[in-house]
Amino acid sequence: MTDTVVREHAAPLSPKEFASDQEVRWCPGCGDYAILKAMQKTLSEIGARREDTVFVSGIGCAARFPYYMSTYGFHTIHGRAPAIATGVKLANPALDVWVIGGDGDMLSIGGNHTLHAIRRNVDLQLILFNNEIYGLTKGQYSPTSRRGTRSPSTPGGSLDAPLHPGPFVLGAGARFFARAVDVQQPQLVHALTRAHAHSGAALVEVLQNCVVFNDGVFDHITARESASDAQVHVEHGRPLRFGKDGTRGLRFDPRTMRLEVVTIGANGVGEDDVLVHDQTNRVLATLLAAMEPPDFPVAMGVLYDDPAPTYDAEVEQEMQRALEAPGDVAELLNSGRTWMVIE
Amino acid sequence: MSASVTPTPTANPPRPREPREAVVIRFAGDSGDGMQLTGSQFTLETALAGNDLATFPNFPAEIRAPVGTTFGVSSFQIHFGSQQVRSAGDELDVLVAMNPAAFKVHVRDVRPGGLVVVDSATFTERNLARAGYEGNPLENGAAAAVRTMPLDISRLTLDAVRELGLSQKEALRCRNMWALGLMLWMYGRDRDATVAWLNRKFARSPVIAQANVAALNAGHAFGETAELSGSMTGYAVPRAALEPGLYRTVTGTEALAWGLVAGARAAGIARVVLGSYPITPASPLLHVLAGLRRHGVVTFQAEDEIAAVCAAIGAAYAGALGVTSSSGPGIALKMEAIGLALAAELPLVVVNSQRGGPSTGLPTKTEQSDLFQAVYGRNADAPLPVIAAATPSDCFEVAIEAVRLATRYMTPVMLLTDGYLANAAEPWRVPDTDALPSLPVRYRTESGGFQPYLRDDRTLARAWVKPGTPGLEHRIGGLERSFETGHISYDPENHHRMTMVRAAKIDGIADDIPAQRVEVGASRGALAVVGWGSTYGPIRNAVERVRADGLEVSHIHLRHIHPFPRNLGALLAGFDRILVPEMNNGQLATILRARFLVNAEGLNRVAGVPFRVAEVVDAIRARVGGASA
Repeated sequence: MTDTVVREHAAPLSPKEFASDQEVRWCPGCGDYAILKAMQKTLSEIGARREDTVFVSGIGCAARFPYYMSTYGFHTIHGRAPAIATGVKLANPALDVWVIGGDGDMLSIGGNHTLHAIRRNVDLQLILFNNEIYGLTKGQYSPTSRRGTRSPSTPGGSLDAPLHPGPFVLGAGARFFARAVDVQQPQLVHALTRAHAHSGAALVEVLQNCVVFNDGVFDHITARESASDAQVHVEHGRPLRFGKDGTRGLRFDPRTMRLEVVTIGANGVGEDDVLVHDQTNRVLATLLAAMEPPDFPVAMGVLYDDPAPTYDAEVEQEMQRALEAPGDVAELLNSGRTWMVIE
Repeated sequence: MSASVTPTPTANPPRPREPREAVVIRFAGDSGDGMQLTGSQFTLETALAGNDLATFPNFPAEIRAPVGTTFGVSSFQIHFGSQQVRSAGDELDVLVAMNPAAFKVHVRDVRPGGLVVVDSATFTERNLARAGYEGNPLENGAAAAVRTMPLDISRLTLDAVRELGLSQKEALRCRNMWALGLMLWMYGRDRDATVAWLNRKFARSPVIAQANVAALNAGHAFGETAELSGSMTGYAVPRAALEPGLYRTVTGTEALAWGLVAGARAAGIARVVLGSYPITPASPLLHVLAGLRRHGVVTFQAEDEIAAVCAAIGAAYAGALGVTSSSGPGIALKMEAIGLALAAELPLVVVNSQRGGPSTGLPTKTEQSDLFQAVYGRNADAPLPVIAAATPSDCFEVAIEAVRLATRYMTPVMLLTDGYLANAAEPWRVPDTDALPSLPVRYRTESGGFQPYLRDDRTLARAWVKPGTPGLEHRIGGLERSFETGHISYDPENHHRMTMVRAAKIDGIADDIPAQRVEVGASRGALAVVGWGSTYGPIRNAVERVRADGLEVSHIHLRHIHPFPRNLGALLAGFDRILVPEMNNGQLATILRARFLVNAEGLNRVAGVPFRVAEVVDAIRARVGGASA
């Protein structure tokens, strides 16, 4: 039932043509606006068709996203978007399906579905809006909130350790993981484009600022003055260097099996000592994904991209093979042991 | 009788068999003794012999409980006869008990004077103690009301397979086939289908196949020989006068799966997507549908019940027939998502194979206690159609009806079956597929004037649009939406209006279903016995029995429970009394009382097993008089 409609080659749509006629209802200054713009730009750049594009979301601020897109959209229930999106792909794998959710939606109530969509490798783009807080329910701490987060439900500071999305999804068998910042549009568009190009489950973690309940929670990573030291932009085949003048880098210490931050030219460290990024190296991706301040920069860009056969494509192949000899209902009812009763 | 009878060939003609109109046999043993396979094969041979029949497989939740314990006993009951058979039978004519535990659990169900065949070799001190016996019930008169026939089935089986060089353990695993052979002889059934089945099943280990066939033949030969010595009687159960046609046996699970496929075909839907998570007793539906790829069925074993229903909803959104299947606890988990399908107005078939509850309850036992859950069990005002299957073969038609309602009204439909229907088998006259209804769905493709929640004037259903259709891009979801545009709306009047239109859409289905008919009896009278689901057989038998004694009693059996057929209230008003037998604590009775302000009285039995006909008969007589049976 792969409904591929043959169409005339059409000119790519502009970003604006991917906006719906609905008034956007996020708080003024919310990082979601920037992500929405980046998504519309991405779809335009990749030449997406509105009719073939589906946005599926769960519940939360981020999950309102589909209403603001002019594509097909399904705003579902809390945490279940990856499961619903999986069903969409099982019915019609030709559709291009994006899953939108926040940290509560995709990692708390829906953590199980995120895990299984990823380990099954369903061909979905999962865009995680991580603002480390529950916004729509007015500011409770979330599964990605740092320890000690004060919120209406944790007035004395949260006690539980946060979940790190990168190591979580890589541990679940993800074949693609990228990270970007809401307002760093070129990098975000790049990450979304790469996620789209990747065949299989591709999760992009977007560090997204909640201006009302968790404002500035990523400032130490994203602030203009500190970003160059707090972020390392990874690129396949390029050395893992960062810092204002690019003199800092990441080196692997085989004795401790850990990454370390080095300065080129100091303590006998040469350019060749810095690791070169390999997007197909899961171990490296996992080490990079786990890096956090203050000892390490946060890794941005495509940390891991190593495609494997997708679940929906394999299901479809199995179906097409079976349908080469389509079943007949009469034949089905008459199969097995039957007998005639005669008057 | 002696256990040492050895079959010897003879040329003497056999005595004529004693005729019987109907017989109930139960095979019982350890859960590893192969009782379900034994019963299934006896069922097949009986169906091929032309009898009508009903079966009742009953097994523990434990896969292999400790050997010899009463809680590990598995059984398979079959009721067959030369008349229409509608229930699995109240009392046993024959019990085959493979060990003391099976004897202990089941002997109480044998009618006075009934036959109990036991494997005497298993009645050791150790096994008796394990079953909780202090003495040997075969010797101490504890089972005096029944005719016990102790046979050393273990040794006779070992003898039969000796030449094949199996280990003792392997050889003893053929005991069930020996017992089956004996029963097939006793009721004059063929063995051909069973031999063919054994050869297929053990195609990779021909020695095991040979051993099973040898045991089967030995049991059969034992009967022949014993008859000659006058120690055993053969019976004949004449063919039933079934409607002419092509027949097969079918379980509720098979009929349901095939009905879903037939329904999708009738609707012109190319793909069925089943989202399911394993749960007793619903898993067999997943298994059967998993084998129907050639019929366009994708089966998705999800990570949990919620993902299972959500995948089905996603598939429905994308234009496939979304189906999810579970049992009570799993349905509870799915309910929020079913509310989404209802609010988003997407077609979805939800199958609930009910089991004993609450909570984990009795996973392998049957019950009808999810009716409230089906009708009312969602947050908010959230009506959806609820339909129920009455018999294994009825599952076929009810599945087609579920597809029809779901797609015509763009709504989730709850289809209720239960553990009994899922596993029970009966002969089924294979329907003519050319005569099946045509229920084509129409996916909207024209974009002019489109709004996602514009409704059909008659059905009040919105249009079904497949993503991928140019010009019809739209957004739907669980938030309340404007009646006019489908955009998010918090307007108070709009919410009221939407609540009412959702209710009116489902209520309108009452005009699109057949008027409620009376199964047996007049449409007015002293008492109506009103049932739903798998109580059909016992109620029907009970009503026929009391009517034969001249009582003015009718049987009404509901397929459509929400909404009810339009005439149901008027129909019930024509009876002085209303009795509602249910395997729950009075759920349909409560709904009938609330809906029609009638004095519906419950006959409630929640024991994990189907009603006995006599229980229903007694309840009827207690209300409208007449001597007890």
